[in-house]
Amino acid sequence: MLVGFLLGHMTGNLLIYQGRKDLNDYAYFLHHFLHGWGIWLARFGIIVAFVLHIVATISLTRQNRVARSSQYACNTTVQASTSSRIMIWSGLTVIAFVIFHIFHFTVRVDPALASMKDPADPSRHDVYGMLIAGFKNPLIVLFYLVSITLLCSHLSHGIASIFQTLGLRTEKTRVPFERLGLAISVLLWIGFLSIPLLILTGVLTDSELASMASPEAPAGLNP
Amino acid sequence: MNLTLKVWRQSSPNATGRIETYEARDIPSEASFLEMLDIVNTGIIEAGNDPIHFDHDCREGICGSCSLAINGVPHSKESGITTCQVHMRKFREGDTIWIEPFRARAFPVIKDLMVDRSAFDRIIAAGGYIDVRTGSAPEANAIAIGKEDADDAFDAATCIGCGACVAACKNASAMLFVGAKASHLNTLPQGHAEKDRRVLAMVRQMDTEGFGNCTNQYECEAVCPKEISADVIAKLNRDYAAASVREVVE
Repeated sequence: MLVGFLLGHMTGNLLIYQGRKDLNDYAYFLHHFLHGWGIWLARFGIIVAFVLHIVATISLTRQNRVARSSQYACNTTVQASTSSRIMIWSGLTVIAFVIFHIFHFTVRVDPALASMKDPADPSRHDVYGMLIAGFKNPLIVLFYLVSITLLCSHLSHGIASIFQTLGLRTEKTRVPFERLGLAISVLLWIGFLSIPLLILTGVLTDSELASMASPEAPAGLNP
Repeated sequence: MNLTLKVWRQSSPNATGRIETYEARDIPSEASFLEMLDIVNTGIIEAGNDPIHFDHDCREGICGSCSLAINGVPHSKESGITTCQVHMRKFREGDTIWIEPFRARAFPVIKDLMVDRSAFDRIIAAGGYIDVRTGSAPEANAIAIGKEDADDAFDAATCIGCGACVAACKNASAMLFVGAKASHLNTLPQGHAEKDRRVLAMVRQMDTEGFGNCTNQYECEAVCPKEISADVIAKLNRDYAAASVREVVE
């Protein structure tokens, strides 16, 4: 469910490449489908899944620490992947990132981002402009870069683990599912991080300002 | 060969253990690892001290008695062999070797490098068997078994119950052992009748014994002297899920 949410979230985010209107239309739809109930139903499902994931992790980790209460003086890893060994650290980083991300773009604690209005329809929020302005700060982009990288590391182990833990894989499908986990992780990494990186480097700019400066330029992209 | 050994010494189950250092002198490179310990123990005994206690029996990789984490890896970093099959030629002159017992709460230390692995026996007693009428053995070929099933069952049946999988797992999980034992019997028609009961009982006994949970790092299959694949864990998870559902609805 959480992986499905991430894929949907990334796909929606990529509408930024189609320009301000499409992204803002999408944001308006999210906040108004099912008379505004839709987004809260989705949020409720995601929060429940997220909390259950954390609660189960805490419970299992406590059991595991009791089961292996003494450690080797010489501790050696034979084949466990780096991603699998840093799951707790990548997971904790993702929790911190989710809190920051919600305050950054959902709650919008920064008044400058909260007050942005769509130039074509001042009655609705300008998500496009908010992203362009929000990713001008290199430190914020760096935090996104580190967090999303660790999120994708978390997923590269986690997705393949879903099929192992639920017994959905066989000898023949072990490698395909491991590759699927890696492929989804790489896809999410590129999809999520391309936006802040292209904004920070000036490739992706405010289309209104860009089109005013250069009417022939394609919407959203500043050649 | 001359080596430095860092050995876990613990006088009794409840005593506090510690690492002690021993110098192993003039060890033949063709000696096995356990023979090296025998040589070191001879010196310790001649000096009037308590020798290093460790488990061993067949010394040919079959019985599953020998344990030891060698440089942090159960049965050493060499793949597909038990501790008794490790030879000193795999080490270099002057090496420092760390020798510790298998570490898991469910495998309490008895003395030094010996651990109590009877938790495995209790898991087997919970369901790692088939019920058959004895006294009139049926014709062995009366039930046809496909080659693939026979091979899968045999691969799982090669488990010698040494406990290296538990010792290598950072969670001290016994999923590879239980998966191998359940898969061995569940794959064959003779074991199919008691499949659900077996899987539920063995997994519950495993949890009762205090083994940890699998987090899919597969250190277990990397150190398994019989190279049993973590595929048996996926199969155990599948069988356990199906048995749990059937237990509720049937």
